[in-house]
Amino acid sequence: MNIVKKLEQLKKKYRYSFILIRELVITEFKLRYQGSVLGYLWSLLKPLFLFIILYFVFVYFLKIGAGIPHWPVSMLLGIVLWNFFAEITNGGLKSIVSRGGLIRNINFPKYIIIISSSISASINLFFNLIVVFVFTLINGVNLSTAMFLLPVFIFEILLFGIGISFILSAMYVKFRDIQYIWEIIMQGLFYASATLFPLSKVLNAHHTIGQLMLLNPVAQALQDARRVFISPDLPNLYTLNNNPLVSFIPILIVFIVFVFGSWYFRKKSPYFAENV
Amino acid sequence: MLGHETVIEIKNLEKHFYLSREKNNSLKQKIIHIFKSKDRGVDTYRALRGVTFKVNKGEFFGVVGRNGCGKSTLLKILAGIYQPTRGSVEVKGKLVPFIELGVGFNPELTGRENVYLNGALLGFSKKEIDDRYNKIVSFAELEEFMDQRLKNYSSGMKVRLAFSVAVQADADILLLDEVLAVGDADFQKKCFNYFNDLKDLNKTIVFVTHSMGLVKQYCDKAILIEDGKITHRGHPDEVSDEYTRLFIKQEDMNKNRNNINRFGEGGASIRSISTHTNKDKIKLDISIKSDKISSDSIVIGIDILDKNRKLVGGVESFNIDGGGMISLKPSETRVFSFEFDNIFGSGDYSVNISLKSENNQNIYDFWKGASKFVNLNKRDYDNYFPIVLPARITNIKKG
Repeated sequence: MNIVKKLEQLKKKYRYSFILIRELVITEFKLRYQGSVLGYLWSLLKPLFLFIILYFVFVYFLKIGAGIPHWPVSMLLGIVLWNFFAEITNGGLKSIVSRGGLIRNINFPKYIIIISSSISASINLFFNLIVVFVFTLINGVNLSTAMFLLPVFIFEILLFGIGISFILSAMYVKFRDIQYIWEIIMQGLFYASATLFPLSKVLNAHHTIGQLMLLNPVAQALQDARRVFISPDLPNLYTLNNNPLVSFIPILIVFIVFVFGSWYFRKKSPYFAENV
Repeated sequence: MLGHETVIEIKNLEKHFYLSREKNNSLKQKIIHIFKSKDRGVDTYRALRGVTFKVNKGEFFGVVGRNGCGKSTLLKILAGIYQPTRGSVEVKGKLVPFIELGVGFNPELTGRENVYLNGALLGFSKKEIDDRYNKIVSFAELEEFMDQRLKNYSSGMKVRLAFSVAVQADADILLLDEVLAVGDADFQKKCFNYFNDLKDLNKTIVFVTHSMGLVKQYCDKAILIEDGKITHRGHPDEVSDEYTRLFIKQEDMNKNRNNINRFGEGGASIRSISTHTNKDKIKLDISIKSDKISSDSIVIGIDILDKNRKLVGGVESFNIDGGGMISLKPSETRVFSFEFDNIFGSGDYSVNISLKSENNQNIYDFWKGASKFVNLNKRDYDNYFPIVLPARITNIKKG
């Protein structure tokens, strides 16, 4: 009885947030391809052409990942997940400032903005994954039940991205330099996440650096996603160290970033209206 | 009993804004300022300085003041948009702010989509908007435009749509900025009808405006804010007169600065005018002062002009009841009160005041647009006539 009451209260408390998130996501989705002839089809065409280009450049000409089973789809999955992370954080960074007009005129929970833009990114990821899945089948990958773990790693990236967006968006209200700093960090993180090349290349050349790279949550999530979805033989933190505590570090980082980000955003958000 | 339960209570409210003297939102400056810790390049602007008031349930509460006096800041704090620097703000019940119409409107979306988006911001779920959709559209009179994108709407259409969504909001307390009263006469009438409905429903309303006519007509109580402080509070008539007096002081100060609306050869001058308007009567209090020499046979002339600056009526002081030639001793100031029936239609009127000699040979002081008054919401047809004749009709023949 008490639990039912609590749930009712919770529902009431988050009713407004829920309504608003829903409308903002729908709006963003509608606006995304507005005015284009092919419309939503672009959500599928974009990853398709991206894959074709990357395949020719990195697999066909540069022969990166030769000898690694199903590397082309593995690479594509990595790129798609990276783009997901990039979309959440880059979009999140400017989201508060770009909604300044709204914030100055009505009071609503500001986290809604971050959540709705990350949901939009998730919808985009969904379309991308359809393309990845098709290529996985074409490539003849042996799918196992482990693939159902993929959402876990997507969720990890999502949480990490939201946590970072909380911090960046709140800072961007006052310090516009953050956007350039974040651009540079993203450039570094892109390579530190082994998106375009197999991690084994780094591990073979410099074992410690390869392992350090895997402490980065994006690299770890990408690598584990590739493992469960495409090739279970790829190394990850656990197979390299056999130490569950070490494997836990990236997850701990995600957790810390998310908790700190939420706290920081909550602390700063009451002053967005007058600073934005 | 209504009217005794306090729904808004504000105590010693202070709001400070920290304004950077230079643009201070880059990291470089932030780092520089760490080293120059003494001068942070920040000015403190005290927008509200200790504001205290209460609003009871069911009150129509007016907040007046000049631009930049802090009333919008006050509204934004009540709406929860800004945080108070000091002091306490207590609000009981669901509060809906209408600080700007059409918050969140997106020009790339259709009218229909914008209704849902704007509605969501006001707390309506999709289903709730579904239920109200037809009502909203017919109220806005935009049936055939709902599937057009908002960017193709005229500004009047946008306001109508926004207002139609806004009136659906089911709130206990409403914050109304006078932005609501923009638009053509027809739309204004809708707004005023809405205000009347709100009054009938005993909603609590905090109303920010520059229009003293609206304050007198709708408000039960009012406060006047000057420089972030409440300088007058109480009956709307008194508060709005105080507000009008603020401007007279200002006009008085400005009068000698080569004002093209003011000329005359001197000898006697107009000190101040205050106008009191209600449905039935208009009263003008005119204070005049003579120069160092005494002045005889002064006539005060009043011209009343409509909003197109066309003369629609007037009167001179010597040929009316209680009138005659005015004589002033050297440096004497006297106040004359003119009262006449409010036979004017709805709209804005301006008043020219002149001090002159009997046969118009000398003009001592002429003040164009010395005062103005707004006649509101009298009757529909009054919009058409500048003056509504106080006529009577008698049935002279049976059948």
